[in-house]
Amino acid sequence: MGGFGHYLASHFDTLRLEFWSLFVGGVANGFLYGMVAVGYTLVYGVLRLINFAHSEIFMSGGFAGYFVMKALIGTSVPSGFATVYLIVIGIVVGGLVGAIVATILERVAYRPLRRRNAPKLAYLISAIGASYFLFNMAGKEFGRYSISMPQPYINHPVFKIFGAPVQLYYIVILIAGVIMFLGLDRIVAKTKLGRSIRAVAQDAETASLMGVNIDRTIAMTFIVGGALGGAAGFLFGLGTGVVYTMGFTPALKAFTAAVLGGIGNLRGAMIGGLLLGVVESLSVVFVQAAYIDVVAFGILVAVLLFRPTGILGERLGRAA
Amino acid sequence: MKQVLNNVLLRRFLISVAILAVLAVMTGPSGSTLTPTAGFTGSFAEHSSFFGFFETIRWVSFLFLAVVFFVVWTVWLSWGDRIKSGVNRAVSAPRAATQKRPIRWGIAAVLIFVALILPRVVTDPFWQAAMVEQIAVYVLLAIGLNVVVGFAGLLDLGFVAFYAIGAYTTAWVTGALPTPALFGIHMDPFFAIPIAILIAMLAGIILGAPTLRLRGDYLAIVTLGFGEIITIFANNLYGITGGSQGTALIPHFSLHIGPIKYLWGLKPVPYYYLTLIFVVLFLAAFSLLEHSRVGRSWTAIREDEVAAESVGINPLKYKVMAFAIGASTAGFAGVVTASQSNNIFPSSFTLSFSINILVLVIFGGMGSIFGVVLGAMIIQTASMYLLHSPPSGYQSSDLYIYLGALLVVMMIFRPAGLVPSRRRRREIVLSEAGEGHMDEVLTGDQP
Repeated sequence: MGGFGHYLASHFDTLRLEFWSLFVGGVANGFLYGMVAVGYTLVYGVLRLINFAHSEIFMSGGFAGYFVMKALIGTSVPSGFATVYLIVIGIVVGGLVGAIVATILERVAYRPLRRRNAPKLAYLISAIGASYFLFNMAGKEFGRYSISMPQPYINHPVFKIFGAPVQLYYIVILIAGVIMFLGLDRIVAKTKLGRSIRAVAQDAETASLMGVNIDRTIAMTFIVGGALGGAAGFLFGLGTGVVYTMGFTPALKAFTAAVLGGIGNLRGAMIGGLLLGVVESLSVVFVQAAYIDVVAFGILVAVLLFRPTGILGERLGRAA
Repeated sequence: MKQVLNNVLLRRFLISVAILAVLAVMTGPSGSTLTPTAGFTGSFAEHSSFFGFFETIRWVSFLFLAVVFFVVWTVWLSWGDRIKSGVNRAVSAPRAATQKRPIRWGIAAVLIFVALILPRVVTDPFWQAAMVEQIAVYVLLAIGLNVVVGFAGLLDLGFVAFYAIGAYTTAWVTGALPTPALFGIHMDPFFAIPIAILIAMLAGIILGAPTLRLRGDYLAIVTLGFGEIITIFANNLYGITGGSQGTALIPHFSLHIGPIKYLWGLKPVPYYYLTLIFVVLFLAAFSLLEHSRVGRSWTAIREDEVAAESVGINPLKYKVMAFAIGASTAGFAGVVTASQSNNIFPSSFTLSFSINILVLVIFGGMGSIFGVVLGAMIIQTASMYLLHSPPSGYQSSDLYIYLGALLVVMMIFRPAGLVPSRRRRREIVLSEAGEGHMDEVLTGDQP
């Protein structure tokens, strides 16, 4: 017991010292998880199924951002206004490509099955197939090794909170994340599109009787989720680089975040993402870095077993 | 513009061109990070031979194929039903004949005979090795996964975990790991078989008992995560698993019973016969299982869980059972592979492996044992052929592009697989008509 007590005491000491720097990194990661989790939750809301290929939307956003950055930056070192404009362009292009890939995905891998009213197992398998097709295709066309993205800024600590330096990269994620979350929340709560998404999520059949175009709403849901996923892919690639398999682990974690917040629940996905990011970041103190993914997985299993409806509960219709 | 696009024929032609364009890129040359467009442009601009007839540019070949595709599609739309009914009439007599018991036994005997003489016919060392490592073992894995996916209707994406558990158990029992061997003695891999089966089965129960209550799509993700976790542990527990280096000290199977002494060495053919025996045993066991009380319970749960429960079937119990049986088959396959290749590396236990096995089951036909075996043989032979004599532009890792595309295509056009299980096909048809309750587990709102 003494040994374990000592272990805890020393680790809590590290935790106290490192808390804020880990927290800042965790929040930044959490925003990225949240952006991807929103894609899972939206699609789950309208189709009642997990979009297994969402990781590849993320990946394609990352690659799109990489190629745009490479073309625009070259060897120069942008700063000031150029930085802002480059980041906005990266996010827009990443989001656009993510939305396009999501649309194609819905058309090819989901819609034919929906037309036929296929069993859900078929959707899962078809999405897994699409995911494998997409990321291996990216590997074939763009090489199978990781490449770092040309940076639109010199990443440096901007200010400190409680002694922890906050890097520019984190601030970029934070601003982009807050804007996207608020925008999405408003879209779903206020616009006609948002109303139809919620209506389909609550009861697709009744919604269609009320004149909601189901096909269009589902396509738009994929586009909105895909745009956020693609933009997140660009922001992720900015920090970690891009590689054809980059989607897998973040997507698995984003899914965990979506379940943690309550799948089908938009605000839940954002909160779940932040929570997972912070918990995962802080767990570095207690476990070796190699086992970080195990922590996220443990959280997923624990949530599924003890509170499968997540923190805020399921249902897209009721939330937002 | 919109009116033009609504023209049915034009639309069909554009879709044909798009499909063939994707195929052109799939089969075309690879690009790289520095030349990201090289793959795409090369796919259309490179010179290639048109099926050996004449030299041309790729886009000409593929445009021609798109036209052929378009024509076939159009003909199929107007004649398809007649062709289908004609084919059905033609095969209905042989199909009815295969339902008769003596004929079934006869077919089985012929197949076993062919399997027995196969090493005499195929003498190429590459193919002899492939027959064991890539075909026989994969058939075993596929019929194991078929119990989980086909019989019980559960999507298991972490099948590789149990395979890894079997392989590592073999290494442990035979004393090939840094950790002390079980009972302190280095046993023969034969003794690893029951231990590996038991441990894999236990792992299946431990993973399955809590998670099989969940909706099917959650189960898929949890099993996927479990597969990754096992690899992470194998990679990082240096003192126990040997870390990323794995181990290369696993002995071959050997037999010492009285005067009989036999050592399975590096040659593939003895392993082929050994694996064949096991495959036949497992096939027989699963065929019996399919029509047993357990098999019928699986069918009942798959088709309508609520109804099954109301007649006294405990769904969780039977799901865990399917999971454990599938896991133990994978564990067993792990023993065979570990002992045959002498070495194991964590890097070979990837999600792609699980997906590969899933493709075999889906392609062959979920729930149809014959279909799954046939599907496994076809796909594995094809992938080995691509490895053995790759066409220009093909890299071994491109295989998953084709497997992924195959999954999507199967789900759109033939969800019940190449040789559908009759029961499964009926379920899918009923479910599509909105009458069945298949996968209620997946559609239900209760998590």
